[in-house]
Amino acid sequence: MSRDDAATHTDDRPTPVLEARRLTKSFGHVRAMVDADFELMPGEVLAVIGDNGAGKSTLVKALSGALIPDQGEILLEGHPVHFRSPLEARGQGIETVYQDLAVAPALDIASNLFLGREIRRPGLLGTLLRVVDARAMRTEAKHQLDALGVRIPDVRQPVESLSGGQRQSVAVARAAAFGTRLVIMDEPTAALGVRESGMVLDLIRRISGRGLPVVLISHNMPQVFDIADRIHIHRLGSRVAVVSPRTHTMADAVAIMTGAATPDEVGGRSHFDERAGRRDRPGVQGEPTSRALPGPDGATDHGLPEQESPR
Amino acid sequence: MTDATAADPPPSVPGPTERREALGRALRNPLLGPLAALVAAVAIFTLTTDTFATAGNASLILQQSIVIGTLALGQTLIILTAGIDLANGAIAVLGTIVMAKYVVGGGDPLLALVLGLTITVVLGTVSGLLVTRLGLPPFIVTLGMLTVVFALARLYAESRSYPVTDPLLRFWGQGTVVGGVRITWGTLLLIVVFAVFWFALSRTAWGRHVYAVGNAPEAARLAGIKVSRTILSVYMAAGALYGIAAWQALGRIPNADPNAYQTANLDSITAVVIGGTSLFGGRGSVIGTLIGTLIVGVLRSGLTQAGIDNLYQDLATGVLVIVAVSLDQVSRRRAAR
Repeated sequence: MSRDDAATHTDDRPTPVLEARRLTKSFGHVRAMVDADFELMPGEVLAVIGDNGAGKSTLVKALSGALIPDQGEILLEGHPVHFRSPLEARGQGIETVYQDLAVAPALDIASNLFLGREIRRPGLLGTLLRVVDARAMRTEAKHQLDALGVRIPDVRQPVESLSGGQRQSVAVARAAAFGTRLVIMDEPTAALGVRESGMVLDLIRRISGRGLPVVLISHNMPQVFDIADRIHIHRLGSRVAVVSPRTHTMADAVAIMTGAATPDEVGGRSHFDERAGRRDRPGVQGEPTSRALPGPDGATDHGLPEQESPR
Repeated sequence: MTDATAADPPPSVPGPTERREALGRALRNPLLGPLAALVAAVAIFTLTTDTFATAGNASLILQQSIVIGTLALGQTLIILTAGIDLANGAIAVLGTIVMAKYVVGGGDPLLALVLGLTITVVLGTVSGLLVTRLGLPPFIVTLGMLTVVFALARLYAESRSYPVTDPLLRFWGQGTVVGGVRITWGTLLLIVVFAVFWFALSRTAWGRHVYAVGNAPEAARLAGIKVSRTILSVYMAAGALYGIAAWQALGRIPNADPNAYQTANLDSITAVVIGGTSLFGGRGSVIGTLIGTLIVGVLRSGLTQAGIDNLYQDLATGVLVIVAVSLDQVSRRRAAR
């Protein structure tokens, strides 16, 4: 099982780190996801935007293992995966940061960073009694926070003594410390003020600067356009387009997101026509929904255009 | 608050900062209040009465604190998970009846102990299962268990008490005399079980999970902690502690009485709360509970020796509970900002 096997059929493009094909999920009569596709390329920051109820969170839950899709497949570095719980996704190096600050306020920073994954003492003490190595956890926590430039004087402080931005920084640092494949951030700044949001966005840049790809779900258009390499637009349960902040305006993105315009109308064309040399032609990008894709090869073919980011 | 947006690395930490941090942590230590209250109570009674500050009295206070202390330890575990146990006294009483009746009927004392401990663990597990599997509020579950178990204890005891003379069952009431002071084995056992659970809560992954589950169940679940299993383990451990409390109770009073320990549930909650453990879960310590238990014991003993009516003792304890809960609320609100 090498990465090359999976990559050979997709011309010169790298294998997506995480890919979803035609995911479908219904809750009773509500179709929350309808043939939704998704691709995250190596090293990129991919924003996922969509109106309320568009099914963003359903998609993200499916990708992070919090929900099992009815149909469709998810590929991690080209290989099919079937997550039945967030724990399984985490086991594969997919970490998720949640909007509502999923930390335990009364626990100290080091304990939060290692919550559920405590470093144990060696020997029987660790295996049998599950005795933790608090010193090692503190040292490692400090190291992780320093590496991301999160300035916190003492990792023995309870998380509740931190500001909202710092708390979220702890959650992001945890994801960065354990995420070996990618980090998913579900509205990480939704509960934060402007300055605090800036703090978290800086962290996202640093994480991405390490080469770890990031999926950022956000409602905040300026933030998305500030930080994303590509923007996945979700509408009515599936991906309607992937645009680049360098070729599209916020107004374009909002128009596609709300259905006020089709991807074609804002200068997008089917990426089939664009696969080669699209960098020479500004204004490319919109991508049709997978439902519009013809042919049996659709499943592999509607992969995304090559990465636009200069990375 | 430091500004984490600054990109430069944090300054290397010099000695004085380290010391200031250590001092800050010490001042923020939630045990400080209960400890100060204990020291103050001891000081006041030492100054105002002639009989309080004697080794014999200290030994007596400890002996009187053993059963409630052990029940309060189980109560602490449950309260840390944001639960509460109103049935702990009843469960322990049923334990004493089972142990005593079995031996009175000619049974083997060791088997009696095993039976009694099994019953208390099973009853703790039942509470835990009702809380975790059915998602019922612990208050309601244990209120029901309180009524059921007290009724069971009376039924099984056939409304009479059972004298206990067997040395094994009475073991924790025995002891040794060190320098003229009687130390019971029960006192030592109390210290041992508190030490064991202090270690388990503060030094093991299980302990961290107990705090996390009580403090932020959703965060704990997202972190991959098996929340239900952790809570169930706490109720089972508490059940085992109630069994130990039952054994200790037989050592103190040579009679298993189905009507004993009627207020033990509230007394144990009092000790936990005065010890600084939050009723909202996730905050507190067993050391606090030990201190809380001793505060109640010292208050009762001291006020008695000062010749003050029992009712005033209750009044003082009640006021202390309200003060402790108020302090907890205020500190929580400040933390939440």
